[in-house]
Amino acid sequence: MTGISGSVLILGGLSDIGRATAMAFAAKGNRVQLAGRDMSLLQREAADMAIRTRQSVSVHEFDVLKTETFDHFIDSLPALPDVVICVIGILGDQATAEVDSACAARIMRTNFEGPALILDAFAERFLARGSGCIVGVSSVAGDRGRASNYVYGSAKAGFTAFLSGLRNRCATKGVHVATVKPGFVRTRMTEGMKLPAFLTAEPSQVGEAIARAVSAKRNVIYTLSIWRVIMAIVCAIPDGVFKKLKL
Amino acid sequence: MTRLAGWGRYPVAESALVTVRSELELADATRKTAGVISRGLGRSYGDAAIGAATSLSTLQLNRFRAFDAATGLLTVEGGVSLAEIISALMPSGFFPAVVPGTRFVTVGGAIASDVHGKNHHRHGGFGDHVTEIKLATAAGDVLTLGADQNKDLFLATIGGMGLTGSILEATFRLRPIENGWIRQRTIVAENLAATIAAIEENDQSTYSVAWIDCLAKGSHLGRSLVYLGEHVAGDELGANHKSNRTPAIAQSRLGVPFDFPSFALNHWSVDVFNELYFRMGARKAGKPFLIKADPYFFPLDTIGNWNRIYGRRGFVQHQSVIPLKTAESVISELLDRISRRGDASFLAVLKKLGASNGLLSFPMPGYTLALDFPVSSGLFEFLDELDKIVIAAGGRLYLAKDSRQSRETFEASYPNAEKFRDIRRTVDPERRLQSFMARRLGL
Repeated sequence: MTGISGSVLILGGLSDIGRATAMAFAAKGNRVQLAGRDMSLLQREAADMAIRTRQSVSVHEFDVLKTETFDHFIDSLPALPDVVICVIGILGDQATAEVDSACAARIMRTNFEGPALILDAFAERFLARGSGCIVGVSSVAGDRGRASNYVYGSAKAGFTAFLSGLRNRCATKGVHVATVKPGFVRTRMTEGMKLPAFLTAEPSQVGEAIARAVSAKRNVIYTLSIWRVIMAIVCAIPDGVFKKLKL
Repeated sequence: MTRLAGWGRYPVAESALVTVRSELELADATRKTAGVISRGLGRSYGDAAIGAATSLSTLQLNRFRAFDAATGLLTVEGGVSLAEIISALMPSGFFPAVVPGTRFVTVGGAIASDVHGKNHHRHGGFGDHVTEIKLATAAGDVLTLGADQNKDLFLATIGGMGLTGSILEATFRLRPIENGWIRQRTIVAENLAATIAAIEENDQSTYSVAWIDCLAKGSHLGRSLVYLGEHVAGDELGANHKSNRTPAIAQSRLGVPFDFPSFALNHWSVDVFNELYFRMGARKAGKPFLIKADPYFFPLDTIGNWNRIYGRRGFVQHQSVIPLKTAESVISELLDRISRRGDASFLAVLKKLGASNGLLSFPMPGYTLALDFPVSSGLFEFLDELDKIVIAAGGRLYLAKDSRQSRETFEASYPNAEKFRDIRRTVDPERRLQSFMARRLGL
């Protein structure tokens, strides 16, 4: 399968999935732009990737909660990227979010509002240009809210619906929108959790899946793909039954 | 608390496993925790990388920092593995100057054990190619060590088993190579004398190693296959290899998925294996042939989790070095005792070694013999007897492989142990860096 050429911007370049995605594209020869909050950690990643892949990687300061900085951020990029991938998200603590609305609001803004607004800003620019690819990393948790993580899950559900609508808006106008729904992934976010090995992906697997989804112009992908089946079953459970389950 | 072990899966000990993700985190954890040691890929065989209270996993501290193609100098964080370095830089024509028998070791571990490969007699150990180390001490300092700064601490850290501090970064020289191929020549040696003669006669060979059938007895005691190797020059690559200048490193699809039962490895099964191995190798004797770098240097890496072949009780490795003068007779006695005991050690590895520079480095001019023994009753007493022979000959044991030598054996064979303790006291007066090995050997 031939990859795409052109530049790729990763929003959330310091996360495990962000780094793996950047490596997957850089290894294929794409120019990569990494965006995140900590410039010195970003530079550490860029130096590492440059040696491993012999591709130069540029770094840019970005905070998904600072909406007022978005226009300036996009203007400051060396060039409008061909692909923008948003991997930003926080799991947060469900128990705290249930009693502390500031905590809940932060989870919702970081997983839904912020990413939706920045991708919308890129969509405007891409549509004006007539080309581009937008990728939003959501989560299987957004497919159905459940007691153990619904503050996170509902934010991701909102993000999934947003991406679906954006895909609909952009479809005939040369801009592709892809939704990535990871299941369990072995990252900092899930560190310490006991995850069943056969259902858990490594960040590198998610990165490679995203690169493939971009070249093949997939609409919605699940990583690992078994999660599509699992969530179809989860979503089919009637509410009367689901509400009594301990999931 | 996690149950941790080395590659031999003996001993198993409880230690809190904490992952550090940046140099700052590693330096902080080193400063704040008592009973701590860094842990890389856990390929040392015994208890070297099990912290007395806490083990700091450095595997996320794995970024490349800088590379200068003009000098071959590479700077990486301590948790980068030789596998990653080979994967990233062999296509550009660079290879580590020294590699041990597996590529799954971190740079921090390679320095802490001053690992050696099949070219020690020509090119020294991993530490001999390191120009700079950035070390975080228990006292809270971050020091730069090199030949011209903090030299004592530099030579204590090379081979220092992680006990001088945590290695944040290191700079070392890679050697330029023209392609990923090795020209191998196999020599069949009928006994130990022939083995040593073959190695001596081919002293100018870049790489040499002998695989000894340690079940062979009598006049065949020490019969072996000697593998010599050279990097292939560009113009020597035939047409059918030229299209594949740097062959891809095969990810091991073959793995041992579960522990073998303890009866699987016994005198008869090993006997059959050794006979087959010897005959297969002997067929390739004489005419040199090209082999990919990966299986030449890392034959066992192709089998994932091969340590499970030894079953759940685990195994112990005994690697000693005997000074040149008496090497042949002493090694002959060691092999004789092992073959008479009849215990199942597949193959023994014999290599020629030169001098080393780290305070606690293992190599000395002589021959090193490495063997595996499944843990079983009577084994430890038997190994104590072997130790006595090694010590009497002026030799010593390799700490990276050791899980059971006594403090007395260690003291009798490492003359710089006291000097090492003195230097350690200057950067870690409270002995906060502490592994199970350090406790066992009184380091």
